[in-house]
Amino acid sequence: MRVGLLVTCLVDLMRPRIGFAALELLEAAGCTVIVPEQQTCCGQPAWNNGDRANAARLAKKLITEFEGCEYLVAPSGSCADHVRHGYPRILADEPTWQARAQALAAKTHELADFLVRIACLQKMPGNFAGRITYHDSCSGLRGLGVKEQPRALLQKLPALELVEMRGAEECCGFGGTFSVKFGAVSAAIAERKCHQAQALGVDAIVGGDLGCLLNIEGKLRRMGDAQTKVMHFAEVLTAKD
Amino acid sequence: MESRAHRFRRNIAEALANPVLQANLSKAKGKFVEKRAQAIQELDDFEATREAAREIRDRVLANLDLWLETFEANARARGATVLWAKDGNEVSRLVVEIAKRHGVKKVVKSKSMLSEEAGLNQALLAAGIEPVETDLGEYILQINGYEPPSHIIAPVVHKSLDEIADLFARTHRTPRKTEIAALTREARQVLREHFLTAEMGVTGGNFLIAETGSVALVTNEGNGRMVTTLPRVHVAITGIEKIVPTLEDLSTLMRLLPRSATGQSISNYVSVLTGTKNPAELDGPEHLYFILVDNGRTRLLGSDYQPMLRCIRCGACMNHCPVYQTIGGQAYGWVYPGPMGSVLTPLLLGLEKAHDLPYAATLCNQCGVVCPVKIPLPELLRNLREEADKRRLRPWRERLALRAWAWIALRPSLYALASRLLVRYLAWLAEGRGGISVLAAAPGWTMGRNFPAPEGETFRTRYRMRKRGP
Ligand code: SF4
Repeated sequence: MRVGLLVTCLVDLMRPRIGFAALELLEAAGCTVIVPEQQTCCGQPAWNNGDRANAARLAKKLITEFEGCEYLVAPSGSCADHVRHGYPRILADEPTWQARAQALAAKTHELADFLVRIACLQKMPGNFAGRITYHDSCSGLRGLGVKEQPRALLQKLPALELVEMRGAEECCGFGGTFSVKFGAVSAAIAERKCHQAQALGVDAIVGGDLGCLLNIEGKLRRMGDAQTKVMHFAEVLTAKD
Repeated sequence: MESRAHRFRRNIAEALANPVLQANLSKAKGKFVEKRAQAIQELDDFEATREAAREIRDRVLANLDLWLETFEANARARGATVLWAKDGNEVSRLVVEIAKRHGVKKVVKSKSMLSEEAGLNQALLAAGIEPVETDLGEYILQINGYEPPSHIIAPVVHKSLDEIADLFARTHRTPRKTEIAALTREARQVLREHFLTAEMGVTGGNFLIAETGSVALVTNEGNGRMVTTLPRVHVAITGIEKIVPTLEDLSTLMRLLPRSATGQSISNYVSVLTGTKNPAELDGPEHLYFILVDNGRTRLLGSDYQPMLRCIRCGACMNHCPVYQTIGGQAYGWVYPGPMGSVLTPLLLGLEKAHDLPYAATLCNQCGVVCPVKIPLPELLRNLREEADKRRLRPWRERLALRAWAWIALRPSLYALASRLLVRYLAWLAEGRGGISVLAAAPGWTMGRNFPAPEGETFRTRYRMRKRGP
């Protein structure tokens, strides 16, 4: 399977190791992974802030880069959801482009969803040990139905204990540029999320979207919690001691 | 009601800095969420019921003029008078006129969001007519100096029992009580007097039924029944979109409304009121008026925003909204809070008066999945953002930053360079610590949390190095 990896702009900038972990997992599942070098950002910030023209330009750019692959996989529910559901809508006025958008949308997957349902990855490369809880990011969960997939993968690690926090499906307050425009509100929402996770005494809060993870990590540290780790599930699945 | 939506940011800051409000909000959070989750389990097929409800609402909106005429004809045939109001001022004018015509000195009111839109209480007071709110929540707000509501079905959800106990003792000059039952009893005593002396009752209407010309009222306190049966005159004020074709359709919507709103299988009272009192009946109003209000709604028909008119005002979207849960309803500045308010307020008042509201959402779509009539609220919010951007309502810095970022993101080599520099800058700010506590470029972020330090080089750089081999 020729899989195009959409690294995502945040992973590129902030946490390259998540990109490499995704690469490792895909290869472990027997995929040939292509990382288009020209990729930048899927354009969701433009779309969510009302800049349709640039959202369309960035969508076309990404379509051109990835449409040659058999699948597009992203270690982010939010970006995958944007390609899957945003692109066809953004390009609705341009029939040829819309058709190309739809074709790409049909083969676009969030990483965990792809590993479980398409690539059927059985053996995890890592051996993480510890107690974790999983935060369901909004777009992955409500946009793409990503819920059981990451949990199924995580539970294949024998020394990992997964516990559910209250309100796992509630938003962490990130919301892209919302986190900067309404910083105080965003941070207050994040605080609730942190409390819910801390109540379980976990070693790590795990999720599938770096935006949420940066938000949660930033809040935990500001609250003085230097202990609880915040990790992407791809990092957990590939962690070796 | 005068809008404070234009000063939304200040409202938020005040809400976050108010410890009593914050304590009350965190106590109220989740109260309705769990109940709703349980209540919808009772339906054999919640999603299919939702779909049916959406279809009913869309069917009405597709031919709203015809349904309104049908309603009007049937209501008239049962002795009601149907009046039309273009905006809030007209509502107030009509109600005052009706009151004067019937020599009314006192009006008892059951809950009506339209009367909030119109600022009806102030208009009545100005005309020398005494309005008395009889919904317990609305009554509490009234005796607290006409405080604005914070929720469309639970208007005092932002208040604690203690605050209400103080307010009652102060207003009624009675010993302070802290038991809910005792407080309710006290309110009943006060209100009973008003029910018996008022000459006119004003209500909203959850639905108007076209085939019978009736209004349906969904309440829990029974005050709606008193308001509509004791006084001689009943005035029901609703938005023009509240029509449903048949009683059968009403029953479908009623399977969803109380469940979505309060998590009840059915509210304590559901009244379907038709026509004036006929000679054989013992109670009911001698005069029944319907005031059907546009106030910006026809503008939405046929537009991208038409789905918003499906709304049945259940409040589920705000109950599930992380932003609403954090800032409360009053911060939104007008009658309607939460996600539906962030869509409706700019649409009804004008985007220029409330263009911050559509941005006050994480687009988490919690609202979209609970809305019983499937209004795609995040999509509508995004649409409004697009419009705000197009009409240049947003600060120029914001627009410039967005454009500059997109311009770079469209140029891969430039983007690679820019991200490399940005990573270095962020790493320098973090100085080897795990995070940055003040980020000048995004002060909003670091106000309440750290900005984690970047790992090091960008993925792009490291990937290229790896491919080249050691
Ligand atoms: S938008 Fe939907 S969820 Fe919100 S109040 Fe209206 S009907 Fe209820």
